[in-house]
Amino acid sequence: MTILRFQGQDFVYEAPRTVLESLAEHGVEIPSGCRAGVCQSCLMRCLEGEVPAGAQEGLKPALVAQGYFLACRARPSSDLTVALADAEGLRQRAHVLAVESLNQEIVALRLKPERPLDYRAGQYLRLYRQADLSRCYSLASVPTLDDWLELHIRRIPEGRVSAWVHDQLRVGAQVEIGDSLGQCFYTPGQEEQTLLLLGTGSGLAPLYGIVRDALAQGHRGPIWLYHGSFTVEGLYHQTALQRLAGQFPNFHYVPCVDRAGPEALALNARVGTVLEAAVSDHRVFAHHRVFLCGHPDMVKDARLKIFLGGASMAEIHADPFLPSGT
Amino acid sequence: MSLYQQLGGEAAVNAAVDIFYRKVLQDERINRFFSGVDMEKQSAKQKAFLTMAFGGPNHYTGADMRRGHAHLVAQGLNDSHFDAVVEDLGATLKELGVSDALIAQVAAVAETTRNDVLGK
Ligand code: HEM
Repeated sequence: MTILRFQGQDFVYEAPRTVLESLAEHGVEIPSGCRAGVCQSCLMRCLEGEVPAGAQEGLKPALVAQGYFLACRARPSSDLTVALADAEGLRQRAHVLAVESLNQEIVALRLKPERPLDYRAGQYLRLYRQADLSRCYSLASVPTLDDWLELHIRRIPEGRVSAWVHDQLRVGAQVEIGDSLGQCFYTPGQEEQTLLLLGTGSGLAPLYGIVRDALAQGHRGPIWLYHGSFTVEGLYHQTALQRLAGQFPNFHYVPCVDRAGPEALALNARVGTVLEAAVSDHRVFAHHRVFLCGHPDMVKDARLKIFLGGASMAEIHADPFLPSGT
Repeated sequence: MSLYQQLGGEAAVNAAVDIFYRKVLQDERINRFFSGVDMEKQSAKQKAFLTMAFGGPNHYTGADMRRGHAHLVAQGLNDSHFDAVVEDLGATLKELGVSDALIAQVAAVAETTRNDVLGK
């Protein structure tokens, strides 16, 4: 007998149904569309057991690596524990190791989770102030390089979580965090491909992780990181990124600011948006793997422009979460 | 061999999806219908569309097509837009080296959905 476990309940699975059909028979409706493995509406994640053969066809490598599969294509031959793709997963406690200011409005929050967190550089997690008050932040740390989790948190005017982090969290405090989420990360393979990363403000966080992760995994192709802000004061990690560029000849760091000035000159920063700078440097994006993070308008414009510039949609990675207004 | 198989199945859909979607987004006649939608999700839906037009496996019914495009019909979706999509589809297949005979078959499959898509 094969058991399908979903949200803590056990269901008997009978071949040759799909996971989608089997759950439906037990009264559990999973969102679905074409039921032919194409539209990806019924995306689920395997938490335990073996992902059934053929159930991951057509998914991005990033999703495959994390055990995502299509419920309409999955015919399990052994027990399987599954979750909805957007399930938040487990929460756990973490200790505050440091709250360091990166610039006037962004701090780095370093955390030590009680249980090791299984994550990839570039993913994000939910940080809880209270059970019903939380926000998502991207991870800037890399599991193989850093002993801690690092989040970059910008102070949002009236922000109830960001203000708490900036003004109240101290070393030694305990916080709660959720599971790692998101598909914006580096997967090995195609080591010669050009990586293009565009970020604004604290959107640098996941990109900083992805760049270091790709370099650590031996990516050999050019890696271009564009970090934009209104003024030079809004940038951060310049020294670390310039040092990294000195160390790895295939890594290029391009700071971009909206306003020209002596500080911009001193840093060799480009004047204009990250997208303008990337377009003028690359023009065609046909073979690029792209990562976008930051202001929603930037992400939207860049996705369109870079796709029309020849990048495949499957090669453009951006996490859909929007920073909350408060 | 079915039309879908002759075109090359899922691999053909994957080869066509970026090209087709780029054409649609640059087509001034119809791109306004696509401007509000999430591009990444839309890309998966484009695959569903192509699979259907290629005569491939899908479980969409006429009623699904009606429901799925009703909000667009309310925004003025009409025959001229439908023709534009079929034209972009043909141009995509042409670019991929598909024969005119097969392109005509794809257009014929798309044609069967016209009344449902346009809510007629
Ligand atoms: C040629 C026949 C057509 C077929 C077979 C077709 C098929 C489809 C399919 C299968 C979907 C995905 C539905 C879902 O699972 O959510 C879809 C969505 C969509 N179609 Fe079509 N379509 C056709 C014509 C058109 C035309 C003429 C337009 C506009 C110019 C159009 C615009 C859209 C849009 C914007 C969506 C996404 C709706 C949303 O997510 O808000 N389609 N179509």
